[in-house]
Amino acid sequence: MRRATFIAACIIAAMAILVPVLNLWVPADSALHIPDHLVPLLGKYLCFAILALALDLAWGYCGILSLGHGAFFALGGYAMGMYLMRQIGSRGVYANPILPDFMVFLNWKDLPWYWYGFDMFWFAAIMVMLVPGLLAFVFGWFAFRSRVTGVYLSIITQALTYALLLAFFRNDMGFGGNNGLTDFKDILGFNIQSQGTRAALFAATALTLAAFLLMLQWIVASRLGKVMVAVRDAESRTRFIGYRVEHVKLFAFTLSAVMAGVAGALYVPQVGIINPGEFSPANSIEIVIWSAVGGRGTLVGPIIGALTVNAGKSYFTAAFPDAWLLVLGALFVCVTLFLPRGIVGTLSEWWEKRPQRTAAQAPVASMEAAQ
Amino acid sequence: MSKRGSILYLDGITVSFDGFKALNSLSLIVGQGEMRAIIGPNGAGKTTMMDVITGKTRPDEGEALFDGNVDLLTRDEATIARLGIGRKFQRPSVFESHTVWDNIELALEGNRGVVDSLFHRLSPAEMARIEEVLETVGLTAQARRLAAHLSHGQKQWLEIGMLLAQEPKLLLVDEPVAGMTDDETAATARLLKRIAREKAVVVVEHDMSFVRELGVRVTVLHEGAVLAEGSLDAVSADPRVIEVYLGR
Ligand SMILES: Nc1ncnc2c1ncn2[C@@H]1O[C@H](COP(=O)(O)OP(=O)(O)OP(=O)(O)O)[C@@H](O)[C@H]1O
Ligand SMILES: [Mg+2]
Repeated sequence: MRRATFIAACIIAAMAILVPVLNLWVPADSALHIPDHLVPLLGKYLCFAILALALDLAWGYCGILSLGHGAFFALGGYAMGMYLMRQIGSRGVYANPILPDFMVFLNWKDLPWYWYGFDMFWFAAIMVMLVPGLLAFVFGWFAFRSRVTGVYLSIITQALTYALLLAFFRNDMGFGGNNGLTDFKDILGFNIQSQGTRAALFAATALTLAAFLLMLQWIVASRLGKVMVAVRDAESRTRFIGYRVEHVKLFAFTLSAVMAGVAGALYVPQVGIINPGEFSPANSIEIVIWSAVGGRGTLVGPIIGALTVNAGKSYFTAAFPDAWLLVLGALFVCVTLFLPRGIVGTLSEWWEKRPQRTAAQAPVASMEAAQ
Repeated sequence: MSKRGSILYLDGITVSFDGFKALNSLSLIVGQGEMRAIIGPNGAGKTTMMDVITGKTRPDEGEALFDGNVDLLTRDEATIARLGIGRKFQRPSVFESHTVWDNIELALEGNRGVVDSLFHRLSPAEMARIEEVLETVGLTAQARRLAAHLSHGQKQWLEIGMLLAQEPKLLLVDEPVAGMTDDETAATARLLKRIAREKAVVVVEHDMSFVRELGVRVTVLHEGAVLAEGSLDAVSADPRVIEVYLGR
C-alpha cells in the first residue's frame, strides 16, 4: 500500500508540471495540447480529491462518518473568497475601495469586524485552516466526549452543515447571502482569469494533494494511525487498553476539517464563486460516495473515487441532465452491494490474496513448545 | 483480609438496570498476586462486575478500590486501564484488521498520548517484549497474519497476549475457554497459571474442569451477590451452590 501511495503522489506531482506545460506551451493544434477550459475543470476535480482524502482520514481510518464535511470545505472557500473580494478594491461596480459590492448594495457603511485582515493573503490563508479546524475541534470535543457515535454523529454533522447553509443564505450575515462571493479580479496581484494564473492554481492544487497524500501516509503508518484503525474497528477495546479514544478522534476529525478547508480555498479561485449552496447537505453526502466508490480506508481510493465520479458527473450532466442523481444513487447502491471495499480496496484485496498463505497451523503445539 | 494488602476491594456494589438488580450489594476482596476463579449461573452478574471494575458501568452504590487505596468509581476506562487493570472480554475482542504483531504493539505498555503515538518509533526493547509475549501465548508463527484470520482459540490467546503486553497488575479474564477444544482449554489453564505467578488474576469461567485445573480459590456469584467462597471442593459441596448452579 505504501508503494502505491508514493507512486500516486509522484503522478500527481508530475501533473502539476505536465498540465501547465501542455496547456501553456504546447501549440493548440497539437494532439497533446490541453485546452484552456479543461485546466480549471481538472483543478476542480483535484480539489474534490483533496476533500475525499480528508473525509477518508476521519471516516475510512477513524470510523467517524461525517456527513457534514462540505461545511468545512465551504468555510475554507469563504475565507479565500473574502480575500478575493477585498482584492477587488475600487474596481467593483460601486467602486468602494473597502466595502465589497454587496455591502454597498445593502447600504452598509462599515466593514464588519470579521472582514478585517482579509485584505492580506497570509491572514486569509491562516483563516482557511483555522476556521474549519476550530469548528471541527469544538464540535468534536463535545460530540466525542459525550460518546456520540454512529448514525447519531452522522445526523448531527448533517444538521451542522444545514444550519450553516441557512445562516449563510441570510444577507445580514455579511457573506453576500444567496449570491455568495464572486466577480473576483486578482489573486496575489495576478489576474485570476488569465491562463497563466489558472495553470498556477492547478499546479498548486496538485502539489497540495500530493503533499497531503504523503502526510497521511506518514500518519496512517504511525502508531497513531494504527490506533485510529483500532478505534474504528473496536472502539471500546481501544479504550480498555488505555487510549483516550476521544482525543484520537478529535485529532483525525480536526485535521480532516483543516484539509477540507484547504480544498475549498483552492476550489474557489478556480471556479470563480462561492455561495451557500456549497453547504447543502447533498454535497456532503456526495463526498462520502466518492470515498466509498474509490475505497475508504485506503489513501489512493478516495482520490480515484473523486476523480472518476466527478468525471462521470461532468459527462452525464451534459449528456443526460436529468439522469445524474439516479446514476449516482445506482452507483452507490452497486458499490455497496458488490464492491463494499470500493475500487481500490477490492483490487488490493485481490492482489493480497494471490500468494497463498503458508502460516503454520497447530497453534496448541507451538504454545506447548513455548512453555 | 481488608483494604490493605488487597489488589481489588469491592464493597456493597449495587447495579440496577431499570429496577432489576444485576449486582446486589456485592462484596469481594482479591489479594495482591492472588488468582481467583468466579463461577455462577448465567446472568449472575459476573460480566457486570467486570464492567464496574473497569469503569464501563457506574454502580448505584458501593465502593471499589484498586491496590488498597485507588478509587475506581471516579475514573474512566482509559485511566483505569493505565492504572494497571487489563481486561479480556467474554466475546473475543481483538483488532481484526491489524496483524497479530500490531495488536500486541498497540497494547504495549507505554505512553498513550496522541502526539507520542504519532512520533513513536518501536525500540529494540519493545520489539523484544512483543516477541516475548507472542512466544508466551504461542502465536509467534502467526505474527504477520491479520487477527481476523485467526481461529477462535487463537483470538482468545491473542487477547490474553494483549493483556500481558499492557503489563497490568490485575488481569480480569472473562470466559477465556468458551468455545475452545479440550487441548486448547488445557493449554489456556497452564498459560493462566503461569501468568498468575507474577500478577493478580480474576477468571470468570463456566467450565468446571478448567476451574479445577486452575486449583485456586473460587467465588460463586448468584443473583448479583456472593453465594459462597472457598476451595472448589468446598463450594461444590455447598447445598445452596448445588441447588442454584451445579445441580442443574
Ligand atoms: N446493559 C444492560 N442493560 C440491562 N440489563 C443488563 C445489562 N447488562 C447486563 N444486564 C443484565 O444483568 C444481568 C447480569 O448480566 P451479566 O452479563 O453480568 O451476567 P453473567 O454472569 O456475565 O452471565 P453469563 O454467564 O451469561 O455471561 C443479566 O440478567 C443481564 O441481562
Ligand atoms: Mg458474562
